[in-house]
Amino acid sequence: MERLRSLTQKRIFWPIMALVVLMGFNLFFTPNFFRLEIKDGHLYGNLIDIIKNSAPIMVLAIGLTLVIATKGIDISVGSVVAISAGVAAMLIGNGVKGDPTHPIFVAVGAALLVSLLAGLWNGMLVSRIGMQPIIATLILLVAGRGIAMVTTNAAIVWLYVRPFAYLGQGYLLGLPFSIYIVILLLVFTHLATRYTALGLFIESVGINNTAARYTGINAKNILLGVYTFCGFTAGVAGLIVCSTVMSADGNNAGNGYEMSAILAVVMGGTSLSGGKFYLFGSIIGALIVQTLTTTIYAFGVPPEIAQIVIALVVIGISLIQSDKFRALFYGIAGKKAVQP
Amino acid sequence: MQTETAIVEMKKIRKEFPGVLALDEVDFRLFPGEVHTIMGQNGAGKSTLVKVLTGVYRADGGEILLEGNPINPESPLAAQKLGINTLYQEINLCLNLSVAENICIGKEPRKLGRIDWSAMYRQAEKALARLNITIDVTENLSVYSIAVQQMTAIARVLNSEAKVLVFDEPTSSLDENEVEQLFSVVRKLRDEGMAILFITHFLNQTYQISDRITVLKDGRFVGEYRAENLPRLELITKMLGKELTVFSQRARRKGAEESGHPDAPVEAGKRGGGEPLIRAEGLGLHGSVEPFNLKVEEGEVMGLAGLLGSGRSEAAKLLFGIDTPDEGDFFIQGRKKKLPSPKQAILEGMGFCSEDRKNEGIFDELSVRDNIIQALQIKKGVFHSIPKAKQQQIAEKLIKELSIKTPHAGYPVGKLSGGNQQKVILARWLATQPVVLILDEPTRGIDVGAKLEIMEQILNLSKTGMGIIFISSEFEEVIRCSDRIAVLRDREFIAELDGENLNEAKIMHIIAGGK
Amino acid sequence: MTKSNLINPRHVSMFVTLGLFILLFGTGSVLFYGFFSLQNFWNLFIDNSYLLIMAVGMTFVIISGGIDLSVGSVLALSTMMTSALLEKAGLPPPVVIFLVLLMGTVFGFSMGYIIQTFSLPPFIITLAGLYLARGLCYVISLDTIGITNPFWHVMARTKIRFFGLFFISPSVVIALAMVAIGMFLSRYSRFGRNIFAIGGNEQSALLMGLPVALTKISIYAFNGFCSALGGIVFTFYTLSGYALNGKNMEMDVIASVVIGGTLLTGGVGGVLGTVFAVLVYGTIQVLIVFQGTLNAWWTRIAIGFLFFLVTTLQRIFENRGTGVKQLEK
Repeated sequence: MERLRSLTQKRIFWPIMALVVLMGFNLFFTPNFFRLEIKDGHLYGNLIDIIKNSAPIMVLAIGLTLVIATKGIDISVGSVVAISAGVAAMLIGNGVKGDPTHPIFVAVGAALLVSLLAGLWNGMLVSRIGMQPIIATLILLVAGRGIAMVTTNAAIVWLYVRPFAYLGQGYLLGLPFSIYIVILLLVFTHLATRYTALGLFIESVGINNTAARYTGINAKNILLGVYTFCGFTAGVAGLIVCSTVMSADGNNAGNGYEMSAILAVVMGGTSLSGGKFYLFGSIIGALIVQTLTTTIYAFGVPPEIAQIVIALVVIGISLIQSDKFRALFYGIAGKKAVQP
Repeated sequence: MQTETAIVEMKKIRKEFPGVLALDEVDFRLFPGEVHTIMGQNGAGKSTLVKVLTGVYRADGGEILLEGNPINPESPLAAQKLGINTLYQEINLCLNLSVAENICIGKEPRKLGRIDWSAMYRQAEKALARLNITIDVTENLSVYSIAVQQMTAIARVLNSEAKVLVFDEPTSSLDENEVEQLFSVVRKLRDEGMAILFITHFLNQTYQISDRITVLKDGRFVGEYRAENLPRLELITKMLGKELTVFSQRARRKGAEESGHPDAPVEAGKRGGGEPLIRAEGLGLHGSVEPFNLKVEEGEVMGLAGLLGSGRSEAAKLLFGIDTPDEGDFFIQGRKKKLPSPKQAILEGMGFCSEDRKNEGIFDELSVRDNIIQALQIKKGVFHSIPKAKQQQIAEKLIKELSIKTPHAGYPVGKLSGGNQQKVILARWLATQPVVLILDEPTRGIDVGAKLEIMEQILNLSKTGMGIIFISSEFEEVIRCSDRIAVLRDREFIAELDGENLNEAKIMHIIAGGK
Repeated sequence: MTKSNLINPRHVSMFVTLGLFILLFGTGSVLFYGFFSLQNFWNLFIDNSYLLIMAVGMTFVIISGGIDLSVGSVLALSTMMTSALLEKAGLPPPVVIFLVLLMGTVFGFSMGYIIQTFSLPPFIITLAGLYLARGLCYVISLDTIGITNPFWHVMARTKIRFFGLFFISPSVVIALAMVAIGMFLSRYSRFGRNIFAIGGNEQSALLMGLPVALTKISIYAFNGFCSALGGIVFTFYTLSGYALNGKNMEMDVIASVVIGGTLLTGGVGGVLGTVFAVLVYGTIQVLIVFQGTLNAWWTRIAIGFLFFLVTTLQRIFENRGTGVKQLEK
């Protein structure tokens, strides 16, 4: 009974509704949006494209969800994506013959390790030095692009090692392989946060850092952990991106990803002011963002201009989440009365 | 100097908050050329009354007259424009600016459209000279002590048309010399005809500076007195009111023993090996609390009594590992231990209910259940998550035991009333079945019914052998619940009382300056 | 009355930055033949006048405790608008300049209004502004628009000579004028002093009766103006409008302000320090060019490293204490 009644009150209800509305819009206004066909043993269609293209953002959103839950932010993820792609590409090598310079698993491992270290760096700045997260991650954003460019010698690195393409372009059981990566990461993160006390501790640190410390939670290590993990997810996203386009572009890879990922997390129900987080909501949020952009493209709007829509949506969602805006809208003066 | 007409009159002021009547038809008068102090315990309503006068709150009933005209300030800025200026405990100035700027900003003197710095420096020096202070006004405010910062704040206020000066706990961070400096300034302003409202919880200071005293208790006006006509002890009595002592820990013990009740609590300390549960020897932290000795026996309730700011919470935080002492030793069940973090304290079997439950206690978005199992989860470790069913079971048991009023265990704690929030925090620590529990103002801001419930709980817990440190600003509570009481004053442990000495008069006597 | 031995970061950082510049310029002069020349010094201004203008605006934003991530995109939008209005609409230069500056100011004002009125975090709103402005660039045109307007060519070619010793471009004059305006505002205007107060303690500033809301919104509007002006100056340099201009430039601008000694937490800083930092930035770039083998992106890494160093030091000084007496909590 409690479950049924609170269904509409569950935070994940609204993102799903938004997605349904978007899909509904497409059903009526976009021809062939829902057409699925099977070619070469794979599923093809707009829907599959949406799922495939949203993989990097979904992965980023998983990491960012935990960071945002601690009342933090990480705007360096775009740069880390570029660094990860660059490291992997350079190690695999762009020999036209198709043989990798280093084994693929070494390249993948190195890229993930570097990304993890990047996240660790952010985590140290925030938890040990006590820097504001926006500033701390701004540093990596600044330097990260430079590192990515230096790694690739400021040139786009093209890959011809076909097996590597499987990550981003391959299919398993009819579905894009990248989705399995997302599912794996999602399941792992969900188990790690909901089947241990980690999820509770992360939320507690975000809601009330002082109370969390007084209750015995090691807030510093929690912060260190979530930023490190976020760096790691950025590394995974970088690998998927690199594999999808079979190249690493230090200048442009990951550009704007932090915006889309933040939007995905916020639309999924997690608040920018920290606290309760919703991993599945973030996944839905990423789907919404991708559907939104796909819908825009379907109307012939070029990708660069699609960014405007994303930006406006972010402002809109922020306003909706703002107490002052809501007060203006509904004429309510504040929520709780002040206690003497 | 004193005139007969009050410059401020507050009549039958009424202020309500959900579930609490903070001010119940309170009267107050302020005369020019006088220092008037409002006295009252926590929850008496004195800060609420001042906030109504200074525009932080709007009154629900009654009227305020300034120089005979009715006013209703809707914000601190509005009150300022009317001439009612407040000097807060936290200096509301900008430390990154110079002294002169802090005094003049907003009204900087200008010449040909650009700020005239030398004129500003001279203006600032003049303003400070009025307070008999001469300092380098070009220096940043941050290099000066709190006392000087306060003087700067006063100078700023005097730079505008101030009719009423309100000092809100101005001496909490000052040493003796600085307090005297501040007082000489206050006296000078008073002699110049300024109407001054003073709020302080330091009894000595009240008598040093006040001409008139108004006492509030439980939101009601008790009386207005000339300071010279109100002896110290009488003031304290009026602040605390006369109440029947319904029961006391010692009377209970005695009564239970005599009747041979099987549940009779054993004389504290006689149970185990005689080793106290926790013991502090010379534990202290510079700037926080002077080195103190303390011990808590099994099944004993150790009360810490003192006024606001006497150092009780600071002592508790040292015991629980929130702050690290810079001298002294700590023993838990005979073993010497250092507590580098609250987690260690919890693992050793201690618990701590902080006094500021909003900022240091509750996770408002999380459910009652989540809030309750927090500390217990720490004990079990991150990787051994308590199964949901067990969580629910523990939560429900404690909800029932403590009579927590909540629709269900999944309800967000932020929506509960203050009293129930406090019970949730108490439940959190009870779930860990601690050996020693520190309770810092567990009954603050809670209605009378809930207060009694919580106190009853505390006594029941001690029966089971738990050692309890009970901190409260309400003396009758501390006396009711404790076996022994340590009295603190101005960040120092002054004396320990037990037996016959466990009475209000003795406590007040010590706080008022005796030994 | 006792004083503490707290080092006032106000002027110390600025002199450290100046010292850093002298060190870098000196190193270059020693290492590379032809590095040390008066013209080379003034080239730093010629090549980075747009950055200097933008950094003046950003200095005020950061002093007030805020941040603006949209400046690079607004610069790009400004270049697109300039070239489109000149070439496609054929409007005369004064009208174009006025409209572009107006656009920047309105853009900044809008962001500032939303941030202040609805208490939203500046980084999110200005990040959205970044993508908004960038997108608007593409709406104008996806390709480069070359500028053929004669006035612009005059501005691009003109060399203002000084006794045959060195020359500067008109953009340098504009940049130095903005620096002068910035220094005047911060020292001699109530607006400027209010900015310092708000950055130091916004709550106090409010209680002291200062016009906090108006000042904060004005700062973002002023910064928008500076970004637009920087864009116009940029077109004098490149004679074109291109949607990809100013990519990641916001980082350079913010880094310049912070390295120049302005505290990210607000309340402390100054325009002069920013000038020294822009010189540092320019010198690093020139050093890398002279070096020849290093990737130009090393500039970004070097700036990033300096940024990290400065912010960490700022944080350490913050932790040392802010006064004689420590207040208990």
